[in-house]
Amino acid sequence: MPEQVKAAPLSATNDFVVKFANVNGSGSASANGLFAKAIIRMGVPVAARNIFPSNIQGLPTWYEVRVSEAGHLGRRGGVDIAVALNPQTWDDDVAEIVPGGYLFYDSTRPMPASKFRTDITVIGVPLTTICNVAYKLPRERQLFKNIAYVGALSWLIGIDTEVVEKVLAEEFASKAKLIGANVQAFNLGRNWAKENLKPIGLQLRHADAVGNRIFVEGNNAAALGAVYGGATVCAWYPITPSTSVAEAFMSYCEDLRTNEDGSKRYAIVQAEDEIASIGIVVGAGWNGARSFTCTSGPGISLMNEFIGLSYFAEIPAVIFDVQRGGPSTGMPTRTQQSDLLLAAYASHGDTKHIMLLPADPGECFEMGATAFDLADRFQTTVFVMLDLDIGMQEWLVEPFKWDDKRQIDRGKVMTYEELEAGKEFGRYMDVDHDGIPYRTYPGTHPTRGAFFTRGTSRNRAAGYSEKGVDYQYNMERLLAKFATAARAVPAPVMRPAKKKTKKGVIYFGSTTPAMHEALEALEANGHHLDAMRVRAFPFPQEVFDFIHAHDEVFLVEQNRDAQLRTLVVTEGGIDPAKLVPVLHYDGAPITARFLIDAIGKRMSAANPIREMAE
Amino acid sequence: MTYILKPKMHHPELPANARGFTRRDYEGRVSTLCAGCGHDSISAAIVQAAFELDIEPHRLAKMSGIGCSSKTPDYFLGQSHGFNSVHGRMPSVLTGANLANRDLIYLGVSGDGDSASIGLGQFAHSIRRGVNMCYIVENNGVYGLTKGQFSATSDKGSKSKKGVENTESGIDLVALALQLGATYVGRSFSGDKAQLVPLIKGALSHHGPAVLDVVSPCVAFNNHAGSTKSFDYVREHNDAVNRLDVILGRAPITADYAPGTVTEVIQHDGSTLRLRKLEESYDATNRIGAMNYLQERHAAGEIVTGLLFVDPDATDLHDRLGTMERPLNTLGTKDLTPGAAALAKINEGLR
Repeated sequence: MPEQVKAAPLSATNDFVVKFANVNGSGSASANGLFAKAIIRMGVPVAARNIFPSNIQGLPTWYEVRVSEAGHLGRRGGVDIAVALNPQTWDDDVAEIVPGGYLFYDSTRPMPASKFRTDITVIGVPLTTICNVAYKLPRERQLFKNIAYVGALSWLIGIDTEVVEKVLAEEFASKAKLIGANVQAFNLGRNWAKENLKPIGLQLRHADAVGNRIFVEGNNAAALGAVYGGATVCAWYPITPSTSVAEAFMSYCEDLRTNEDGSKRYAIVQAEDEIASIGIVVGAGWNGARSFTCTSGPGISLMNEFIGLSYFAEIPAVIFDVQRGGPSTGMPTRTQQSDLLLAAYASHGDTKHIMLLPADPGECFEMGATAFDLADRFQTTVFVMLDLDIGMQEWLVEPFKWDDKRQIDRGKVMTYEELEAGKEFGRYMDVDHDGIPYRTYPGTHPTRGAFFTRGTSRNRAAGYSEKGVDYQYNMERLLAKFATAARAVPAPVMRPAKKKTKKGVIYFGSTTPAMHEALEALEANGHHLDAMRVRAFPFPQEVFDFIHAHDEVFLVEQNRDAQLRTLVVTEGGIDPAKLVPVLHYDGAPITARFLIDAIGKRMSAANPIREMAE
Repeated sequence: MTYILKPKMHHPELPANARGFTRRDYEGRVSTLCAGCGHDSISAAIVQAAFELDIEPHRLAKMSGIGCSSKTPDYFLGQSHGFNSVHGRMPSVLTGANLANRDLIYLGVSGDGDSASIGLGQFAHSIRRGVNMCYIVENNGVYGLTKGQFSATSDKGSKSKKGVENTESGIDLVALALQLGATYVGRSFSGDKAQLVPLIKGALSHHGPAVLDVVSPCVAFNNHAGSTKSFDYVREHNDAVNRLDVILGRAPITADYAPGTVTEVIQHDGSTLRLRKLEESYDATNRIGAMNYLQERHAAGEIVTGLLFVDPDATDLHDRLGTMERPLNTLGTKDLTPGAAALAKINEGLR
């Protein structure tokens, strides 16, 4: 390693980043979870990110904890305390520590001096020795070593032991024996540290910045949204990172949708593949049940033919796409926003689909429910575009809200009474001039309202037709329907700059917390930007108005090809030169420091004189 | 095909069934298939079966994939909802439809390309999943719409119209269905309406996955010497193991049969399957026996037809999932949305 300049040890309260480097399958996950939960219970907001491999046991895994009383819950970038417990990744883990940071490691085996840095503080705790002395069983030695390092850290950074004990008591409420054992292991580490080490410059103290927020994964929230949205049929095929949507739906339904006699108000099928999953969803949607599937990019690829059928035959379907790094099988356990183009124009022929872009688990819940209303209202596929960062990480968000007055909107479905009364029914007629036709559920009326659904061209009455005029009418109507959808989907969220500016930034999804942090920092540096968070496709008119109102607009995305930018340019006829792509796509969530650097540099270069004049 | 429209009028004294529907009420549009196509005979058999079963047309949903066979749902049961879906994927669409409303009758119509080639996976999984359906494969061993390529059910050694020999093994959908747990399995021939109509009736009233493989010669591309799916070949090699009568309600046996030659199976919906044996040793309630018999006769070049297997205690996907009796598509906000109070509890658990 190159010679390092000595740096003053970092000093901060309730504002730092800790990164644990572990071995997959070693039992570290629950210890790391305990660490994060205890800090939240001290009233200090935390963002925790599990960075894991596509593996069951043995490969490296990390857990990054952002502690921020100010509430910045995106990734910051850089590591203040590295808890380096995996020899496989030692060099990289040590290199990531910011100058002045701290390195915590198991000092049981001596390490050569070349493996350390001189510009950081090195803290060795002989974890293996401590646990080998205290425990006889190999399994206990391994598992309790994890709790022991949390104990040692608690002394170093000031985690309240009472809080830890409370969290452990809740965690193991059903296995009381384990509470004492875990508390003992925690104290083993803590007491050793207390006797041998001094607390470091990075400290925690009780605060009141968490409020009544909940700590939850987006996949869990989306599944709950599907329950509240009235989904009754779920068909799915396991794929990381979406599997836990189906699993959470199963678990919520068991609790919330089981009748007294044990019968179920839902049906879940683990299908043989993604094609069957979407086929089941389309079949159920056609027959009047709210249905969904959850998948990731490779699954969407397989579903393409059915998605086109849903668009053209006008059948409601909801797809939760928990995006991961692509292409092909790509980086299945890493995050990206790289399925936007795939989903927006999925399938052959001229197709466009509604996409919702939740920014956090709170919106996953809300949009998870709304997606079903939109799918029914517009009789088409609605994508809810999560990503691994939102879907599989626990986020601290405002509690879920539900208005008991809210009713399920089934859209335009003609009833038995209407058919009986002689109301005219033509499956593909635009009677209300909004592009949306009426449909009937099979089995509604003995002699009226039956029609033949097909993916091939048909006339307004659903009769087979290869006439150009019939086909074109239908395709134009589908466009009109899409335009109606642009007025019904969630509007963008505006965040105007404090000073008037001709510069803007557009962002969406999991970028949001890092973007907000970056905007604050940029503003402090004199760079003012109007910001807009896009929440849906088709884009509401406000999106284009925002771009027209600015000279230059940054478009921040977590993919290589600036996919949202392509959608904006294509759908809005925007001059691409106006849109500056800011792209982050290494598989790790975007960081505030990356954004501050990328946008700050460009703004300084473009406007140095004006910035100084102001 | 004919291009004239089918007249809507019919004789005022056409006989009606118990629900007051005449046979014409079960017809569809004029077929666009070739004159003499076996598929049209199957459509006619479906019309006859639905009429005789007193099915209300709107309580049946007809589903199909892509191909000549999959076009046929337009040609029968014009008052039923139909869904001509994606090539090889009818089974999943039917499964979804069935999950949404367990009260309708689901008739899936497919072909050998649709079910044995592109759709073999969905064919298999819908059966092992236990979907309550009548799944008819109109099996002609050839791709008609794309003009005469072999399909996966073509027998090894059979010849195409151009004289090319098929070198790949044929898939026997009946054998597969038996192995996969279908609870009603039959094979028939589009040219034998007397055998086919009761088989369809039994399948439509069966509670569970019912599969009918109906050999249906393609007059345009697969009805020549050297084909094993031609009218002549099937007639010559047809080994019918039994004759089926489907009786609604439970009517007593009136005809005189030799003792031991008639088996009765009472189905879930109360209908009775009365099986008259043509092959003395054949037991249609023995799955393994059926599989063995089929293999033996197939090796001898015969096409075994009839009701090959029926499980009188069949269950379906809904039974296995424990779904409520009321169709899921009738549930509303009150049944489905747990409300703000339940959400407050969930929030509490996430702190």
